[in-house]
Amino acid sequence: MRRALHSAGFALLTLWIAAPLLPLLIWAFAGRWVYPALVPQDFTLRTWDQAAAPQQQVIAATGTSLGLALTTAMTATALGAMAARGLVLYRPPAAGLVRLLLLAPVLVPPFALAVGVQEVFVRAGLSDQPAGVALVHLVPALPYTVLVMIGGYATYDVRMEQTARTLGASRSAVLRHVTLPALAPALLASATLAFLVSWSEYLMTVLVGGGVVTTLPLLLFSTAAGSGNQALTAVLGILTVAPPILLFGVGAALLRRHRAAWADAEPASSSSSAAPGIER
Amino acid sequence: MPFLSSTPAPGLRLERITVTYPGHREPVLDGLDLDVDDGRLLALLGPSGCGKTTTVQVASGLLTPGRGAVYLRGTEVTRVPPEHRGAAVVFQQPMLLPHRTALDNVAFPARMRGRSNRDARTSALAHLERVGLGALAARYPRQLSGGQAQRVALARALAAEPAVLLLDEPFSALDPSLRHTMRDLLTTVQRELAVTTVLVTHDQTEAAAVADTVALLDRGGLLQQAQPADLYARPASLAVARFLGCPTALPGHVTPHGRFACPLGELDLPDAVAHRGPGHLVIRPEAVQLGTGPDTVAAVVHSVRPEGAFTALVADTAAGPVHVLLPPGTPPAPSEHVWLHLPVAHRWVVPRAG
Repeated sequence: MRRALHSAGFALLTLWIAAPLLPLLIWAFAGRWVYPALVPQDFTLRTWDQAAAPQQQVIAATGTSLGLALTTAMTATALGAMAARGLVLYRPPAAGLVRLLLLAPVLVPPFALAVGVQEVFVRAGLSDQPAGVALVHLVPALPYTVLVMIGGYATYDVRMEQTARTLGASRSAVLRHVTLPALAPALLASATLAFLVSWSEYLMTVLVGGGVVTTLPLLLFSTAAGSGNQALTAVLGILTVAPPILLFGVGAALLRRHRAAWADAEPASSSSSAAPGIER
Repeated sequence: MPFLSSTPAPGLRLERITVTYPGHREPVLDGLDLDVDDGRLLALLGPSGCGKTTTVQVASGLLTPGRGAVYLRGTEVTRVPPEHRGAAVVFQQPMLLPHRTALDNVAFPARMRGRSNRDARTSALAHLERVGLGALAARYPRQLSGGQAQRVALARALAAEPAVLLLDEPFSALDPSLRHTMRDLLTTVQRELAVTTVLVTHDQTEAAAVADTVALLDRGGLLQQAQPADLYARPASLAVARFLGCPTALPGHVTPHGRFACPLGELDLPDAVAHRGPGHLVIRPEAVQLGTGPDTVAAVVHSVRPEGAFTALVADTAAGPVHVLLPPGTPPAPSEHVWLHLPVAHRWVVPRAG
């Protein structure tokens, strides 16, 4: 009974997420589709061929988006990890204030932020170029990475690093063999979030990119609003939705493997003698 | 001509170490001097917050002292980073790498020194066997009990072939019975390998059981460093006596003839008491007995409290309260008049503080 409920719930949840995507799939592969047919008469890859044409900018925009999102994921995670490390392990005097400042971008209305940032970036000569957009994507991404990494460091025991140092491991060896494996789940979650923030970022990209830096969301919105080409809009929609789903899938699989090794990292009790091969 | 020097360089020497943590005015270590003889086991004993852990951090290189110097086997290493120093630390928690087997955890130090995986594993197995865990080499830390994990941690520290082994309360998280086994293992392994060892503990019985010498720390300074038996029999100060479970302290002074003058009269002292002038007579509770005869003083029982199989008794004398630990039997009742036998051999005098 419980199992059946569980399965039913899971199915409903899947439907909830997948149902809106179904029209996208149909539109993207629709060939001839004449009224009053409920579904297309045939399916084709024609729209995908169209989308691949250079003048549609789809491939270029996908590349730009991927590049920006990966750069943002790595940079924001690295910065977030460093900030969290400082805040959690070294407890600086004004830790609360620093934390608030780091989280500020999610508290301030995005438009106010974007306009201010654009002004600064124009003066600094950073507008209208990918580097400027990459930099500005850090602003909305950092609060998330900082928060996730603070969580990651909360259960982290720095004595693991210290022990490794005294056993002959250099700082870089400690990073490789101790810190990164221990923080892997938090790093992965943080990078995924930062990737998603950058991947779907619109406002800052428009203002700082000045229309020169075209990302998938920009292309999607302009196509959806201006072209009336529903098939191309659907293709762009799929291209926008697929990577995050893929990312979550891979992330979840990696996390499961990691959890098998790191669950109960420390023996729970001194007297309990665990049997070999216990997996959680 | 150092090669003619009669005393070899100590395994570990801390010289006038001062550490003040940022934001604190009082130093946590205040000019601490400490010598550990090469190949010996020193227990660093003291109440919590006395600077024991900081001492380990300084000795291992995890913390650079504000002032002072650290020497390992006669070489100054004050600013040598931990990975090049050869001072392996074992903490209260085993701190094993969860994604590696016991064998690979123990092989870690050798791998860090650039040895091949095969080589490192071969010697790691030998170290695991030394702590009696050869059969569990393939297990992951989560498959080990707390005691087993701590034994792996010890094997891993030994595998680093350290100049000094620093153990920071390594057995505190274990069950009492297991703690005894681990102590025995530690003393066996330590004597076998003759590795200079510092064992940090707040447990005086643990310190007395395993250590060649005990250093008693309080408020960032060394109170006394001596062999365990000496520390108990001949404490250097009232603070040492009190920390080691000797609350009796009768004020008086030692006469030029080496007798202790107090309201109880002039009491005989052992010849070993060299102190003269004002001081406190200390005597361990377990050395005091009830009964008449020579070397006895009159007292009135103040309080009686059962303490396991024993009875803790406080009796008021003309010179002050005397603490007694009585073996099983029928203890006297409060307000009862008793005679306390204070054996001369167990009497000791510490200088009056301040």
